[in-house]
Amino acid sequence: MNWLAEFFGDAANWSGPDGIPVRLLEHLEFSAISLLLAALVAVPLGLGIGHTGRGALPVLLSANAARALPTLGLLVLIVLLMGVGTDVPVLIPLVALAVPPILVNTYEGIRGVDPDLRDAAYGMGLRGRQVLGRVLVPVALPLILLGLRVAAIQVVSTATVAAYVGLGGLGRFIVDGLATKDFPRTLGGAVLVALLALAVQLVFTLVQRLVVSPGVSGSRAVR
Amino acid sequence: MITFDGVTKRYADGTVAVDDLSLEAPTGEITVLVGPSGCGKTTSLRMINRMIDATEGRVLIDGVDVRTVDPPTLRRGIGYVIQQAGLFPHRKIVDNVATVPHLLGWDRRKARARAMELLERVGLDPGLAGRYPFQLSGGQQQRVGVARALAADPPVLLMDEPFSAVDPVVRASLQEELLRLQAEFTKTIVFVTHDIDEAVKLGDRVAVLRVGGRMAQLADPATLLARPADDFVAEFLGRDRGIRRLSFVSGEGLRLRTDLTAPASAEVSSVRGTAAPWLAVVDADDRPLGWVRVGELPESGTLADVRLAPYGTFVRGRDSLRGALDATLLSPSGNAIAVDDSGRVRGVLTRETLEEALRQAAGGAGGARA
Repeated sequence: MNWLAEFFGDAANWSGPDGIPVRLLEHLEFSAISLLLAALVAVPLGLGIGHTGRGALPVLLSANAARALPTLGLLVLIVLLMGVGTDVPVLIPLVALAVPPILVNTYEGIRGVDPDLRDAAYGMGLRGRQVLGRVLVPVALPLILLGLRVAAIQVVSTATVAAYVGLGGLGRFIVDGLATKDFPRTLGGAVLVALLALAVQLVFTLVQRLVVSPGVSGSRAVR
Repeated sequence: MITFDGVTKRYADGTVAVDDLSLEAPTGEITVLVGPSGCGKTTSLRMINRMIDATEGRVLIDGVDVRTVDPPTLRRGIGYVIQQAGLFPHRKIVDNVATVPHLLGWDRRKARARAMELLERVGLDPGLAGRYPFQLSGGQQQRVGVARALAADPPVLLMDEPFSAVDPVVRASLQEELLRLQAEFTKTIVFVTHDIDEAVKLGDRVAVLRVGGRMAQLADPATLLARPADDFVAEFLGRDRGIRRLSFVSGEGLRLRTDLTAPASAEVSSVRGTAAPWLAVVDADDRPLGWVRVGELPESGTLADVRLAPYGTFVRGRDSLRGALDATLLSPSGNAIAVDDSGRVRGVLTRETLEEALRQAAGGAGGARA
C-alpha cells in the first residue's frame, strides 16, 4: 500500500513524456491499433469461412498454431530483423495474439447459428450476403463480441512487452522499475495495466448491451 | 398449379430420395404429402422452392419450370413455413412478419401495416407485435410463421411439418386455423406431414409416399380411407379406418323423425300410449334434456319430474355420419338427437335409419379391402 501511495502520490509521475497520462495513451494506442488490425483480418475471415464452410480447417489450424507463438520471442525476433524506431515491431506480435480468439469465435458464432434459422432465411428469399448480414451476424454477435473482448484484454495486458524493446506504454513503469529496483514504480505499472484490462472489460459489456438485440440476449438468458 | 413431372432426386452417394415422382397440386387446394420418414416428402417439397434441385425431371409452377427462375426471386413469391417456425430471434414479431415485404422493397409503413393485419388474421393479439420470438409460446411462434409466409400474399404456400412440434391441443387449433385461412385466402398449398390424421383432416388431396421416394397412392381423403391402393397404404392409414372414413360422409340426407320428441311440460298420461320405446324430452326453448323410456313412466306428473337418461347430439347439416354415429353411442336409447346450429332440436335419428346409412356408406366404398 505504501508503495502504491508513493508511486501514485508523486506529482512527477503524472506529467512529462514518461508520466502516467502519456504512457497510458501510448499503451492505448498500441492496443487499439493492434486490435483494429486484428479485427480487420479476423472478422471478415471468420464470417467468410463460417458462412461458406470453405477453408475452415486450414484457417482454424493456423489460428490455433498462432496461439502457441511466444509473444515476447516474436517481438525480439522482429526487432532483430527490422530494428527499432517505429511501432511496427510491437504491433505484429500483438496482432498475432489478437487474431486467433477473434477468428475462432466469429467462426464458431456463425457456424453455431441454428440450421433451421439459416434454412428459413434462405427460404424467405434472402440472398447469401443478406442471410449473413441480416440474420447470421446479429444472432452470432454475442460470440463475435466475446472474441473481440478476449483479444482486447490479452492485447492490453501483453502490450507491456513493448517496453522490453525500448518502446513506450505502461510496460515502461514495470521494466524500468525492475531495472532500478524501484518497486513502487513496478507495482504501480502493474496496477495500471490491471485497471486498464478491467476498463476494457467494462467497455465491452456496455457495447454488448447496446448492439446485441434484446431478442438474442433475452433468449440466451432464458435457456 | 404445381406440377411434378417425372422428378427424381439422387444424391452423390447414390441414395435416391425421390424416385420418378409425378404429381399435380391443383390451384387453390391443399395437397398433402404424407409418408414415413425417408419417403422423400420434405425433399419433394423443397424442390418446389429450389432449396433442393431435382436431378431429373421438372417441377413447374403454373407451367413455368422453377429451374429457370433465380432461387431468391422464386422464393419471395412462395410462402414457406417450417417445423420450428424459424423466426429470426433478433427481430420483433412485426419485423419477422414483414421480412418478405421488406425484401420486395415495400414502403416501410405499408409493410408494417400489412404485418399487423396478418397477425390479427392468424389469430394473434396485435399486442405481441413488439415482442421477440423467445417471449412467445410454440403455438404462437408457429402462427407468426404462417403470418410471415402469407405476408407478401404469395399464391403458393409450402408447409413442412409446421404443426408437429406443438402439443396436440394447440396442433388441433392450428389445423382449424389453417382451414379457416384457406377458406379466406385460397392458396395453392403443399403440406408435408408424417401424421396421417393430419393429412386426412387438411388435405383436399393426399399423396402417400413410401420409403425410397415412390408414390404409393394419390387420392382425396375419403377415397384413400375407403380404398387404399395396397397393404402399405392400408397399414399406414392405421386402425379405425372404417370409422374415420365416416367423417367424409355427409349427415345431411339422414331422415329424421319428428314424432319422437315431447316437451318437459307434457303430462305423463299424454305420452304413455306412444309406440316407440324412447322419447326425447325437450325444454320450452326446444333444447334437448334427455331420453325417457316409455315403458317405465311413473303413474302421474309431467315429464319434467322423470329421471332422464343421457343423450348425444349432432349438428344437422354440419356433422358427418361419424358425428351422428358418435351421438347414438352416447345414449342408452341408441338414438341420436339432431340439433341445428343454435342447439335447438330438429328431430331424432333412430338407430335403424343410421344403420341403413352406414350400410350405404360401406357400399359406396366399392370393392373395399378388409
